Amino acid sequence: MSATELDALYQEIILDHYKNPHNKGLREPHEAEVHHVNPTCGDEVTLRVHLTGEPGAETVADVSYDSVGCSISQASASVLTDLVIGKPVDEALAIHESFLTLMQGRGNVEPDEDVLEDGIAFAGVAKFPARVKCALLSWMAWKDATARVIQEKAS
Amino acid sequence: MEGLLPQLEVVRKDFPILERTLAGGMPLVYLDSANTSQKPQCVIDTMVDHLERHNANVARAMHQLGAEASEAFETGRDRVAAFIGAPSRDEVIFTKNASEALNLVANTFAWARGDLAVGEGDEVVITEMEHHSNIVPWQLLTQRTGATLRWFGLTDDGHLDLEGIDDLITERTKIVSLTWVSNMLGTVNPIAAITRKAHEVGAVVVVDASQAAPQLPIDLAAMDEAERPDVIAFTGHKVVGPTGIGVLWGRRTLMEQLPPFLGGGEMIETVTMERSTYAGLPHRFEAGTPPIVEAVGLGAAVEYLSDLGMEAVHAHEQAITAYALEGLATVPGLTVLGPLDATQRGGAISFEVDGVHPHDIAQVLDSRGVAVRAGHHCAKPAHARYGVQSSTRMSSYLYTTPSEIDALVEALEYTRSYFKLG
Repeated sequence: MSATELDALYQEIILDHYKNPHNKGLREPHEAEVHHVNPTCGDEVTLRVHLTGEPGAETVADVSYDSVGCSISQASASVLTDLVIGKPVDEALAIHESFLTLMQGRGNVEPDEDVLEDGIAFAGVAKFPARVKCALLSWMAWKDATARVIQEKAS
Repeated sequence: MEGLLPQLEVVRKDFPILERTLAGGMPLVYLDSANTSQKPQCVIDTMVDHLERHNANVARAMHQLGAEASEAFETGRDRVAAFIGAPSRDEVIFTKNASEALNLVANTFAWARGDLAVGEGDEVVITEMEHHSNIVPWQLLTQRTGATLRWFGLTDDGHLDLEGIDDLITERTKIVSLTWVSNMLGTVNPIAAITRKAHEVGAVVVVDASQAAPQLPIDLAAMDEAERPDVIAFTGHKVVGPTGIGVLWGRRTLMEQLPPFLGGGEMIETVTMERSTYAGLPHRFEAGTPPIVEAVGLGAAVEYLSDLGMEAVHAHEQAITAYALEGLATVPGLTVLGPLDATQRGGAISFEVDGVHPHDIAQVLDSRGVAVRAGHHCAKPAHARYGVQSSTRMSSYLYTTPSEIDALVEALEYTRSYFKLG
């Protein structure tokens, strides 16, 4: 890997989020809390979701988290919360889908800045298969927690 | 530098991979040998020659190729037996890897009856510095049998805490299983003293030699019987051999008492529809077609190490490790986990750098051609003991040069500047 590729991985935006993560720390209220780990490297995240609104038309009122891990996993949790807090769940899930597509695209997917905002900085990560899981850790945790809340409300 | 292998540059030429370059034209600095070692040309050639000229199944083919393959396979066993000074070559059992060797022992104990039976009231003792491969099989054994799992804790400076040994190894202890050399802390454990203590209470001693076999001279036959472990396990790919083959050496009188592990071809004496009788050692524990070319390659690998001389390999590791500890100490914010005295440790050195996560360190090092491991190194409890989530690990071997250590230290400095740390 060349220095240029390294810079493509560690975009300034990622390093900024790593040093100053947004929305970090566990908060109340929440309807679901999940704990996800990356077994190969040991990175961990505990993530809470608070949804408001009527069933079928919920809004992501808050996402709070506590985590240990590398710059990629920490920065991606920070970016996730910026992107989904305050959004209708449907829209947030669409953003999730868009981020997942970017991460699984092996570097061949052109990210949409209107949808992913700071998340486009992770485009370089998709070229490093070993790091894709780092970037997705908190995103998968958020989807899991959100699904649990919705399921619970429906039952 | 004193202690380095004589003609190190010539030795390095035996390992073709060391000459390759990585992206950006960076020369490879391979410091991940505790993960897997590189292979000398003689091992590669021996395996290719076997596949090209002698390939057949072993011990059951009544033709010339079968005889040649069987002889090559069993010669592999002879060479491994000589490498560890096994009292008998029939005590050398080939497995898939060290994990399978340890699982073989734990499983057969779970099924044992009579003197070797493990049950409620019995205890199995391990240590907090084990690789997961030497923790999980014993958790399974004790959970399945109702026995109790206990363990040695660790001191702040990375050694086994032996203070409570009299409370830990008692008349209730059936098995003591521990690593010879820690894959994370590098610590070399006092195997002889612990084995003596365990034997005094009639316990069986199992030693994970995965990190010891590559770097310490082992001569089982020369050990005092009271201090000789009953079982040692190691893997082929860390001793410059191929993957897919591990070694289980077990004292004959123990292994003959343990029930079979896997049933199948080659492990039987005779089979009827009602029941079977079993082959003698080592075939009793080698069901099915074994890893043949891997055994042949492993034989060539341990012969290569013996030709270099394990005393010389050990001296080289100690010299490089001392040099690495000195170099790492110059990196601001870097903390080594484990003993700081090279004479008390093996060649794997795990460390933390303030302000940079191990993955990020490994990634930046990789961009400079320096290959290390980052994560928990399959030793989560040992990391937890020191309040560390993960670490970066450099591990040298017989082909490592002082200038490669310099490259590591320089790349660590670069990493700190990359992440804007002072």
